[in-house]
Amino acid sequence: MARRSAPEVNAGSMADIAFLLLIFFLVTTTIDTDRGISRKLPPPLDETIEPPILKQKNIFVVELNKNNDLLVEEEPMELKDLRAAAVAFLDNGGGTGDEACNYCKGEKSSSSSDNPEKAVISLRNNRETSYATYIAVQNELVAAYTELRNREAESLFGKTFTQMKEDLKDVNYSGSKERLKDDIKKVQLMYPEKLSEAEPKK
Amino acid sequence: MSKFKKKKGSELPAISTASLPDIVFMLLFFFMVATVMRENNLKIENKLPVADQIEKLDKKNLVMYIYAGKPSSRYAASAGTQARIQLNDKFAEVSDIKSFVLAERAAKREEEVPFLITALKVDGDTNMGLVGDIKKELRDVQALKINYTTRQGEATQNLK
Repeated sequence: MARRSAPEVNAGSMADIAFLLLIFFLVTTTIDTDRGISRKLPPPLDETIEPPILKQKNIFVVELNKNNDLLVEEEPMELKDLRAAAVAFLDNGGGTGDEACNYCKGEKSSSSSDNPEKAVISLRNNRETSYATYIAVQNELVAAYTELRNREAESLFGKTFTQMKEDLKDVNYSGSKERLKDDIKKVQLMYPEKLSEAEPKK
Repeated sequence: MSKFKKKKGSELPAISTASLPDIVFMLLFFFMVATVMRENNLKIENKLPVADQIEKLDKKNLVMYIYAGKPSSRYAASAGTQARIQLNDKFAEVSDIKSFVLAERAAKREEEVPFLITALKVDGDTNMGLVGDIKKELRDVQALKINYTTRQGEATQNLK
C-alpha cells in the first residue's frame, strides 16, 4: 500500500490533560502555614480590683533565672521533668467537701493543689532569660494541660482532646459541631488553663 | 513509478504546539497558587524556637506579624547588635507597636477585628525582657490573642 504522510496528532485533548494536572497540583499542594503556641494575654490591669487571695499550696511557681535555669517551687529541675511535675500538681485534687475533685487521679496530697479549678501555675521569668527557654517551658506547661484534657476527653467522649479540636476544624466532620463545641468546653472547664505570668524581674 | 515518488514528501510532520499554551498556563497557575509571597524582608535573624504543642494559624489575612531578634550582619552597623523589633519592613521601637496594631486594625473590616491574632516571630536568642515589653504593649491596646510562632519539634531541642 502507499504510505501516506503521518496524520497530525490530535491535540484537542491536551488541554484536558493539562487541566487535570493543574487540578491535581492544586489539591495536593499545601501552602505552608505558620504554626505556634497560641496564648491569650490577660487584659490590662484594673487598679481598683483587689487581686483574689490564693492559697500558697494552690500556686505552682515556675521560675526561670537569667542563666536559663529552671526553678520549680524553689527547687532546681530539669526541663524534661517539668511536664510530669505540672501534671502531678494540677491533678492532685487534695480538696475536701465542696472543693473535692472527683475526676482527679492524683495523690490527693494536702500540701498540693485542691482541685484543677483552683490550681494556678505561675510562670516568672527574668529579663535576661532567653526566649527559646521560655518557649520550651511554655510548651511543657501547655503539654501538661493537654495531657490531662486528653485523658478526661478519652474517658468521657472516647477520643482525645486534641482529636476533638481537630474535628472541630475538619469540614468533613460528620457529627454535630455544636455538640462538639460544648464537649470541648466541658473538658476545658475540667482543667482550665490558669497560667499566670508575673512581670519579669530586672 | 509514482508509488515511490510519494515518499519524498513524507517527512516527519511538525509537532503541534497548540497545547503549549495550556502547559505554560498550567505552570503559571501552579506557581501563582503555591507561592507564598514574602510580605516582609527580614532585617533580623529569625531562628524560631521549637515546640510541639502547636496550632495552625489559618486565615492569613487575620494575622499580624511582629518580628524580633538581633539585626542580621548586613544591618548590624546601622542598627546595632542588640535585639530589635521589626514591624513591616522597618526596625521599630517598642512604642511603635501600639500605632502598628491600630493601623492593622483600621485596615481590616470591623467584624474581623476581634479575630485578629498577633504572631510573635521572635528569635530564640532574644532576651525575654524585649518580649515582655512587646506583650505589655499588646495588652495595652487590647490585642490579647497572640501566637508564639515556632517550628515543630521537641521542646528540649531549645536547650543546647
